[in-house]
Order: sequence, then structure tokens, then C-alpha cells
Amino acid sequence: MVQKNKSINKLKELGEKVIKDIDKNKNPNIIVPIRALSNVVFNERTRTLEIGDKTSTRYFFNIAHAKKFLQTIEIASILKKELLETGKHEHLRGVFYITKRTIPNTNINLVDDQIESDKIIEDLEVITGLSREELHVSANKMGSMAGNITLIDSGDIINCSKLGKGGYSIPSITDELEFKKVNAKYVLYMEKAAIFERLIEDQFWKKNDALLITSQGQTTRGIRRLLQRLSEEEKLPIYVLCDNDIFGAYIYSVIKYGSIALSHASERLTIPNCKYIGVTCDDVIKYDLKKHLIKLNENDLARIKQVSQYEWFKNNKEWQRQFKLMKELDGKVEIQALATKGISFISEVYLPYKIKNKEFLE
Amino acid sequence: MTENIKAYELAKKQKEISISEFFLKNRHLLGFDNPTRALMMVVKEAVDNSLDAADEMKVLPEIKIEIQQINEDRFNIIVEDNGPGIIKQQIPNIFGKLLYGSKFHTLKQNRGQQGLGISAAVLYSQLTTGKSTKIYSIISPKKPAHYFELQIDTKKNEPNILKDNEINWSKDHGTKIEIEIEGRYLKGKQSVDEYIKETAIVNPHATFIYINPEKERFEYLRVTDKLPHEAREIKPHPYGIELGQLMKMFQDTRANTLQGFLQSEFSRIGELTAKEICSKAKLKTDDKPKKLDNKQIELLFKSLQEVKIMAPPADCLSPITAELLEKGLRKEINADFYITSSRSPSVYRGMPFTIEIGIAYSGEIEKDSQIRLIRLANKVPLLYQQGACAITEAVSETNWKPYGLQQSGANMPVGPVIVLVHMASVWVPFTSEAKEAIAHYDEIIKEIKLALQECGRKLSIYIHKHIKLKEQKEKINLFEKYIPELSSSLSNLTSQKKEVLQEKLQKLLKKELPTLEAENGAKE
Repeated sequence: MVQKNKSINKLKELGEKVIKDIDKNKNPNIIVPIRALSNVVFNERTRTLEIGDKTSTRYFFNIAHAKKFLQTIEIASILKKELLETGKHEHLRGVFYITKRTIPNTNINLVDDQIESDKIIEDLEVITGLSREELHVSANKMGSMAGNITLIDSGDIINCSKLGKGGYSIPSITDELEFKKVNAKYVLYMEKAAIFERLIEDQFWKKNDALLITSQGQTTRGIRRLLQRLSEEEKLPIYVLCDNDIFGAYIYSVIKYGSIALSHASERLTIPNCKYIGVTCDDVIKYDLKKHLIKLNENDLARIKQVSQYEWFKNNKEWQRQFKLMKELDGKVEIQALATKGISFISEVYLPYKIKNKEFLE
Repeated sequence: MTENIKAYELAKKQKEISISEFFLKNRHLLGFDNPTRALMMVVKEAVDNSLDAADEMKVLPEIKIEIQQINEDRFNIIVEDNGPGIIKQQIPNIFGKLLYGSKFHTLKQNRGQQGLGISAAVLYSQLTTGKSTKIYSIISPKKPAHYFELQIDTKKNEPNILKDNEINWSKDHGTKIEIEIEGRYLKGKQSVDEYIKETAIVNPHATFIYINPEKERFEYLRVTDKLPHEAREIKPHPYGIELGQLMKMFQDTRANTLQGFLQSEFSRIGELTAKEICSKAKLKTDDKPKKLDNKQIELLFKSLQEVKIMAPPADCLSPITAELLEKGLRKEINADFYITSSRSPSVYRGMPFTIEIGIAYSGEIEKDSQIRLIRLANKVPLLYQQGACAITEAVSETNWKPYGLQQSGANMPVGPVIVLVHMASVWVPFTSEAKEAIAHYDEIIKEIKLALQECGRKLSIYIHKHIKLKEQKEKINLFEKYIPELSSSLSNLTSQKKEVLQEKLQKLLKKELPTLEAENGAKE
């Protein structure tokens, strides 16, 4: 309740600031912190990406800014009136549809594309300092959890050890979940849902006292927030399992340090002490996976060059060694390639060995 | 014995065919293949002759064209000019004999080339109506005017004079021709109307009065009193010559030495070059031209192609000039923007030529269809066979997208544009005797493309500026529409009254308007 009122007031403040400009006979403007690599700072102390202090000013009476200005105020008023004041949540897609309409007497739509409204919502986050979740806007949920954990979700008690092969479907906003009872030694987050299913079938979490979490591809904000809360509130180590390619490395990087687009939300999302469990180039050599390598394409090589120069990777010797090996091997390997050693090789040999010997990348 | 030899038998059937008989069977080669086109061709041949005559006399042309419809498919065409007139003795030959003319043997920019046009029209008239052609001519107010009625003896290719009278004609000098033909009058892109309009554009120094079969009168008045640059006659350039032609030149020459022959019969051959050519062909400079055998001529021909010789002089050309082309476009085409360009002369196969381009944009030009292409050769509109013409190839192979027009692949671009391309040359290489399409020489296509690119760049600057200006204006108008929206959003956000906010924002818009407009100007 308190948070909700805080959010309503922040949005109201934005409107009042604009009205103040109008009353002063000034061109109304909104100050928006810039969200781009040029305004992202890597904080060595907290080891997270933070947004810098560069801003841009959006004016109403400016041919290039006017429409975006209107979109910003309109979406702010929608979030306040339709969502926060009614206590309801809406998806990004839904907000797009509420906003989308033709401006009377023109052939111009207020927004043409969901990308536009998504950007404005991110703008509103940095303008107000509120998270999207605090503005009651959610994204698609795309993740599952299984393991010995009981939680309360919207008043329902859920025991994640009794949910079969599919596991618990993680909602897009995880701030309000309540952890009732947690019985695990660590969290294993994996990039691939197929591996998640494999590990459940092999009863991996029961045998190893683990919590298993997955999402398809890039990690959603809801899952990142859940991982962070498990790390901070339950003091569980977080291990990340990805494909052995540059995109896997970047998934890990986002979980650990934060992302460029969401640098303003780093504080609530990053897990600086999480660890990378695999798959590494050393695994490829050790387990003789070379024949399953997929040759690197131009895109991979360009991305390796780019990622290896990021400030948070630049002085990381272990990772620089991995990037070098990737180029030497001239190939990438998916987690599933481990199945060539035996279907349950991953749950019976690979993961237990790595965890026992603390074979991680920082 | 002789009866059995086939060759004797065949020889009985073989006889000379006159050029006139040839035309009878092959009139499509000269552009008389259908009644609509025939009408256009007759007007065109008469007007081309009138313009050439006026140019030669250095008078500002005044040409009156009248087409009278006699019945459904019969027309009487009357073309009258203020040219020098024609002396009595020449009239029958010029109008009554095919391939008789002054232009075929000279290298100089002319409208007509072969002396085929007007006599072909006379023949066509005779063929379709059986009527004779009437010619009036006066060469000086002090001399009597002459009136002729002519036909052509197709077997002998000789004029057949039916009437030859002295008459009174109150005119200082000039020629008038009346031809009756079978034809059809249509309007549109390939019509007589269009031909006269395009001719008026590229001859801004001429006045045309045109009365069409519907008795509508059009006046195309001259916009300049400046006569076009007089085209000088030049000798052939060695690079443009063919072996057969060279052999004929050896027969006809009056020079006594080979060196003299080279220096007098060709352009751009001086003493040094002539000596070099001779030594390369292993011939002596004082060899007698008439005594060379075919082998030696062949050696000389080879040597002519190998020795480095300066490009031919360009004063044999009479371009319209960029300035007058723009005047011409402005008077006949209502557009917002005009660009013209006249390139410096270039050479194909030893023939000097120059390319001129005019572009008219927007205004009354149709917006959403393919651009209109006006093709001209030596100031004569080419209305047929657009697809077969080198100009068309150059236009469609040019990438117009960067210049602000739509275009898919190597097709004609789309947009409110008229492109005029004029090729001026001592010898325009047409694909056929109908003279409607220019042959595809790389040098010619390249020059056209360069000229198009030059104009295209200017066009793109104008289009982008123009469109941007219009868009910016529209955007300023949008603030009126945005204000109620912003007011209601702000009202929802803060619970201030919408109407109050709206009023304040309207006031603010008035205050900000000069800044918005200045921004608009500054961005260009």
C-alpha cells in the first residue's frame, strides 16, 4: 500500500513539474537520464553497472520532441489512473493497447508500435526512480522453478517440490513473493529449459539439495529479481549454467553485473557474487566435445571482440582466457552436447564434480 | 545448250529495282507503317525541313502548320515557312526524287540526314490518295513565286511535273507545301500535337502556329531572338571512317599526293600526323592517291586507326544550350522546378556529339505514374520506339532513388518528373531509317548517364528541401492537435482542470511559434 502511494505521488510530481513550467510561461520540459552505453558506468566497488548522470531534456514545443513528450505524459497518466489507483497490473503489451489510438483530426497514432510504449515505460522508470514492477507493469513470464522451497504467491501457498516436471511458473513480478520455507544448499540457474527437464527427471534437486531455475534465453527481470532475493535473503550461492558461447557468457554477465538497457535498475537486479559453472572451453577439451563444435560465424566473432572489451571483463584474466580459447577452438557448444557422454552424464557426473571441486568462473 | 544453263534463265528475271519501288514495298522502314504515324511523319518531315532552311538562312523561323480533315481518313496537310525558298529548277528534285539532298554528304548537325523524308511523304500521298503534292516557293520579293504540282515516277525515281506556274504570292521568301494523305488523327503521347509541342520546347527561337483537324488554334511563340549557334561543316574524322568509304574517297579526291589527300579530306590531320600515318602504312607521302591499290588502302586504313589523332572539332554542333532549354521548358511545361544541363562535346566512332538534359519537377506534372521521357535528336522529337532507344536505357539504368524518385530495379522511375534528353551530333546513329531510336553506343549511354546524374543531384537537393519544408509545416500545425491531448493527460495526472491547461498551452503556443518556425528554417 505504501509503495503504491509512493508510486502515485512520483507520477503526480512529474505532472505538477510540467504544469509549473506552463504557469511560468516556459516551454514545458521533462529531464530524462540517458540509457545508453555512453551513460553506463561500471562501479568497481559494488561491481555492478550503474547509470551515469548524463541527461537529456524533452520539450513539448519542439518539433522533434513533441510526440514523445505527449507519449510520456499520456502513459504516466494511464499508469497512475488505470493501474496504480485501481491496484491492477498490466503487461507491456496491454499498456501499448491502452495507449494506442489516433489523435483526433490527424492520421497520427499516439503510438504505432509496442517498442515505442516499452521505451516510454523505461523512460518513466528512470525519470521517477521507480521500477517497472513498482509502476504495476509486467512482462511475459518465461521461467520455471523446482526444488525444496515453499512460497506464498498472491495468498496461495506453493510447494515447489510437488509440482512435477513443469515446476513452478515464475510470475513476471517477483517482488511480492514471500519465501516461507527454503531447504537448499544452492541455486542452479540454466539457460535451457530442456536441461531443466532433464535434471528434474534425474531427481537432481532431491539428490543434491538444489533449487533449479530456468528461463528460455535472456533472463527476465522477474527471474533476475528472484535470483537476487534468494541470494540476499536466503544467502544461497547462485550458479549459472549456459551454452559455451559468447551469448552464454553475456547472459552470465547480465545476471552478475547488470545490463546496459536496465543499468538504472541494477541495484535491484544484479548478483555480484554469482558464479559461472559451465559450459567452459576447458570442458570442451576435457570431455572431448570438439567434434560437436559449431563453427563461429562473423556475428559470433564480432560479439566476442565487443564483450571481451567491456570494462567488467577487461581485467578478468579467466574470462579473457575463455574468449581466447573460443577463438582458438573456432566453435561453440551447447549444454545439450554433454548428452553425447550419456543422457544423465550432466546430472550424475558433470554438475556434482564441478560443485564438489568448486570449479567455477568468477 | 544455253537453255539448260539456269543462270541465263535467272538473268531474265533480274533487273534493277528503283528506290521508289523499294519504298512502295517497305514503307514501314521509313515510319509510314500505320495511318496515325503516317500523319505525324508527314508533318514532321515538312517541319524539319522548314527549320533547317530557316537556320541556314539565319532567320527566326515562323512556321504555320494546318491539318484539314477532308473525310474520315483523309487529311490535307499544309506547312508554310519563312525560309529562303527554293529555286525553280531544284523544286522537282527535292520533292520528287528520293535520296536527293544536300545533307547526306556533309558532316554537320542537321535535322534531316538522307534527303529521304519529304519525298517519301510525297510518295506516300500519291500512294494512298493518288493526289499530287502542291508546292509554293518564293526566294525574293523581286522574283516571281512558283507553284508546282508533282508526283514521283516510281520506276525511274524521277519527278513527274503536272503543273508548273508562276504565281503572285505576297511574301518576301518562303516555302509552302500541301500534301493530301490517308491518315488518322489521334491525341496523346505520339500525336502531331505532342510533336509540335516538343519541337517548340527545343526550338525556343521559333514561332509555331498550329491548327489541328478539330480547328483548334495553338500558338507557340518564340522566347528568344537569339539564333542558334551555326553548325559548321567538318570533314570526317579518321576514327569514324569505314574501309569502303575510304576507298570511295580515294576515287573522288582531287589531291595529287597521299599527304595532301590526308590533310584535305579529314579533320584533325596536319602535316606531322599525315607523315606518321604514311610511314606506319609503309607508304610514301608523295604517292599518287589514285594509284594506290586496294591492299595499300587497307594498310592505310589500319594505320589511320592506330595513330593518335585529336578528337574532332565540336563547332559542327549546334546545341540548344542550358539557358534556352530552360526557357523552352518553362514556356510549355508548368512545373515547380527546372534544371537543365548541356555537356561539353564528346566523341563516338569519330563523330562529335553532345548531350543536353532538361528536368521539370512537380507542378502540373502527374504524380504517381512513370516519369515522362522526351527524347530528341538534333532538335527533332523522337516519339516512337522508346523501348529500343539508348536514351531509354540510360535513363532506366540510372539509379534515381538517391535523387528522391521511386524506382524498382532498372525500370523507369516513378514521380512527377519530365526528363528531356537531347543528343546533338553530326551523325545520329539511328537504329532504322524511321529515325525514332538511337543506337546503343557505350560512349553515348555513358554521356547521357553522366548528364542525368549531374541534374539528378540538383533535383535531389530540391526535392529533399521541398519535402522537408512541407513536413515541418505540417508538424507545426500538429501542435494544435496535440494540445487538447496533453491537457487531458496532464489533467488525469494531477487533477487540474483540462480547460484551464488547454487555454494556457494555446497561449504558450503563440509565444513559441516564432521559435518553432525559426528552428524549421535553421534545419535546412
